[in-house]
Amino acid sequence: MIVLVQLFISFFKIGAFSFGGGYAMLPLLEKELVQKHQWITTADFIDILAISEMTPGSIAINSATFLGYNVAGILGGAIATIAVVLPSFIVITLIFRFINKFKNSPYVDWIFRGIRPIIMGLIGAAAITVGKTSFIDFKAVLLALLVFYLVSFKKLNAILGIVLAGALGIILY
Amino acid sequence: MLWNMFVTFFKIGAFTFGGGFAMIPIIQQEVVTNNNWIKDEDFIDIISIAQSSPGPIAINSSIYVGYKIKGFPGAVIATLGTVLPSFIIILLIAIFFFEFNDNVIVQKIFLGVRPAVVALILSAIYSLLRKSYFNRAHYLIALATTLVIVIFDINPIYMIILGIIISVIYNKYKRSRSFDDFDE
Repeated sequence: MIVLVQLFISFFKIGAFSFGGGYAMLPLLEKELVQKHQWITTADFIDILAISEMTPGSIAINSATFLGYNVAGILGGAIATIAVVLPSFIVITLIFRFINKFKNSPYVDWIFRGIRPIIMGLIGAAAITVGKTSFIDFKAVLLALLVFYLVSFKKLNAILGIVLAGALGIILY
Repeated sequence: MLWNMFVTFFKIGAFTFGGGFAMIPIIQQEVVTNNNWIKDEDFIDIISIAQSSPGPIAINSSIYVGYKIKGFPGAVIATLGTVLPSFIIILLIAIFFFEFNDNVIVQKIFLGVRPAVVALILSAIYSLLRKSYFNRAHYLIALATTLVIVIFDINPIYMIILGIIISVIYNKYKRSRSFDDFDE
């Protein structure tokens, strides 16, 4: 029971204080899980990251499910997963209410005008970061060009693009 | 409608590898292009909110999109749909702990999927830029942001705060200069 409460608190904190998502969450995860509670070793932590990268979903949620299960079974997995999502749910609810209330304020408009180009820049940076580890050879670059062409100009469904790329991976490598 | 939403977000949760921004192209295609639940110009604002709030971007955008489509029940359904696929998959891996990472086929699939994820992010940028009303200054800011993040590895939240401050000051100044013309 105490473990379940600890799991909940730990993952609630991780959900509440990690901005930027994805890899930006790693330092906090490591501090809470490896250093503070010593639920796992650093080696296990790296394994979890590898599994998270190879399975769909976000790293924070994947590690919550995985760790919660290892520490306290299926119930532990469920509690850790709910705990890591809950802060997002609360914050987004508040923002949604707030924006609907102040829709007509020029400040809301100005804030979004300021954020939009920054966000495009961030997405560009994400493409470069992911690209650095993904383009291991020329085949990978061609594969990316093919998928980009099909999705952008031939209206291929993005999910089918992923499936196609996975199949090509088996054939090419 | 809610069932339809659940299926869509389940798909989003099941096919987004790499987390974070990798989910954006798929959410965009499912929610904006295929189902017309959200308009393009609203979508980039939702991404802005998701990035500026704590927690995973994909979950944050799913929750917000859920609210926009169908209020509180919509948000709950969208969250469940997005989280459930990874919950089930990770639980199976944790229970059976088979040598998932060492599986040769799995590795080959991912050698193919990873470059595709980059391609999907780029096509999301392409389609968002085509529908945005960016002027030259906006493009420059976007480019500068990319370079600063990649080169200096700064936490994105600082860039967002900076963008907000500059925009609010700029627009306030502009408005005080010519009161009836504060549009760009």
